[in-house]
Amino acid sequence: MDLTTFLIQCLNAVQYGLLLFLVASGLTLIFGIMGVINLAHGSFYMIGAYMAFALSPIVEATLGGGFFAVLAVGLVLAVLLGYVLEWAFYSYLYEREHLQQVLMTYGLILVFEELRSLIVGDDVYGVKVPPILAGALQLGDLMTYPVYRLFISGVCILLALGMFVVFTRTRLGMMIRAGSTNREMVQSLGIDIKFLYRVVFAAGVAIAALAGMVAAPVSSVYPGMGNQVLIICFVVVVIGGIGSIKGALVAALLIGVVDTFGKVLLPQASGVLVYLLMAAILLWKPDGLFKAG
Amino acid sequence: MTSNNTSKLGFVAIAFVALAAYPLVAGNFGVDLVNKIMIYAIFALSLELLVGGTGLVCFGHAAFFGIGAYAAVLLSPQSEAASLVWLLPAAVLAAALYALFVGALSLRTKGVYFIMVTLAFAQMAYFIVHDTPLGGGTDGIYLTIKPTLGSVLDLDKPLAMYLFTLGCLAAVFGFLAVLLRSRFGRALAGVRVNEQRMRATGFSTYPYKLAAFTISGAIAGLAGFLFGVKDGFVNPELMSWHLSGAVLVMIILGGLGHLRGALVGAFAFALLQEFFKSEAVFGAFAKHWHLGLGIVIIASVAFLPRGLVGLPGQLRERLTGGLVGRPVGGAPVNKEALDEVK
Repeated sequence: MDLTTFLIQCLNAVQYGLLLFLVASGLTLIFGIMGVINLAHGSFYMIGAYMAFALSPIVEATLGGGFFAVLAVGLVLAVLLGYVLEWAFYSYLYEREHLQQVLMTYGLILVFEELRSLIVGDDVYGVKVPPILAGALQLGDLMTYPVYRLFISGVCILLALGMFVVFTRTRLGMMIRAGSTNREMVQSLGIDIKFLYRVVFAAGVAIAALAGMVAAPVSSVYPGMGNQVLIICFVVVVIGGIGSIKGALVAALLIGVVDTFGKVLLPQASGVLVYLLMAAILLWKPDGLFKAG
Repeated sequence: MTSNNTSKLGFVAIAFVALAAYPLVAGNFGVDLVNKIMIYAIFALSLELLVGGTGLVCFGHAAFFGIGAYAAVLLSPQSEAASLVWLLPAAVLAAALYALFVGALSLRTKGVYFIMVTLAFAQMAYFIVHDTPLGGGTDGIYLTIKPTLGSVLDLDKPLAMYLFTLGCLAAVFGFLAVLLRSRFGRALAGVRVNEQRMRATGFSTYPYKLAAFTISGAIAGLAGFLFGVKDGFVNPELMSWHLSGAVLVMIILGGLGHLRGALVGAFAFALLQEFFKSEAVFGAFAKHWHLGLGIVIIASVAFLPRGLVGLPGQLRERLTGGLVGRPVGGAPVNKEALDEVK
């Protein structure tokens, strides 16, 4: 492997890792704060990707189109979806056992997948890269790197920074952190914890959907894409430590590197490598790298 | 309590007699369907030992099922029928060994970690058969000549297969019933209710949990073996996490904490699946059968906290004005996991 290939693979690894981080951060937040294990989180990613595909003709007809208009509309819809889902289903799960959470969210996956099949169908679709970002950077003499992938990494980094600032530097973040430590105490201080949870959940859904929308032009949209991401995100959360955003970031990048280079160097074993990594880390640190709290 | 025990025993006895008599009245399709459901019931029983008996929620049980099935097909010789005498133990052993490996690692974790880790290990097994030439890849592999037991039993005949499955189901049911009432089973119940207190009383809980996990994996392997032999075909879908989810749904739908709950749940789930898949009822919509199934799962979480087995009690309480939906008995509350969340 020469230097340019190595560099390109590094960029790919970081881009994949950051994308995983976006989805996994929602998963780990919803678990860390609300104590809900949400199997349907991968479905939100899938919904996002399908929105990027299905909304573009509609948005084009009404708003004049453009990838970014689709992103904006999709984000609004995702927030609404998250808000309604929290109200209708998830708010009943806070006091339930993990087992029932697993079961109900498993049911939701089946429902989401079938609705997707009913509305859009079971075919694989491509999503066009927006013209502004369609170019490629010249790396060395022979290699190029698509600008759009850099754009994905940029969006992910911005969101990660945004989350970090909201979490550690704002009043809202303080309330969320307090709420995850002691729900009753925060409530008795006069903060509407139910509303707070609803907001966090909606944000988690929106981030996952955004990840799906941004990834759609690279990965194309296909049935089962949500579940694939979900399971890798579980690995990310387990390696990073449940509830820890920092852990999710480190673990996601680690998995990005292992998976990308695994595919290049050991294509036969690439599917298994990530899980072996998880097993090794569990042997070493059963609670993950950065356990929250 | 005695009358309650009698009625439980009566229910199980009637169920087994009905299953034994079923081939007398049913056609080929019915025998095959019930045979499949009985295999699911064995699979569900194996998970019930973990979830209902020990309070460990394993979300990767399909891996052991799949390994049993793959072992049955891969170990069978190409040209002649394998003998059940060694093939069955070999398949069960393969599943048990993987369970030992997965259990040894994943039991270091607790609560929700355990759920995710078992799922991830199952995916690992899935990718091994999916991506490597070892298991025939996505296409799966066929079992051309089915195993026999000398001249006594030829599993190529549907009726023999049916009766053999029924025998296995009865044996597993009896084995688990005895196991859960033994000292070992009581220790597992202790782990389920309060693991910390068990440790404080001087039990080293890890070996107990690992033993339960391995036994459970072995029984799941037995179910997988039967499935592979019955269909004469295996593919990676046998290890997919959909099956792991489905078997969890079965035991919860049936009612946790009761072995007969696994039995009832397997039948209820499989029949619901057949119902939503039936084109006679739903026409072209039948291919979207997951939708109906998903809604039933969500509804059962909301309205049947104790499962179908708990339904009579739930109705009785409603009639007498008692609390409905209160988790009583059986439900595995992993105290430590709850504390961790808080």
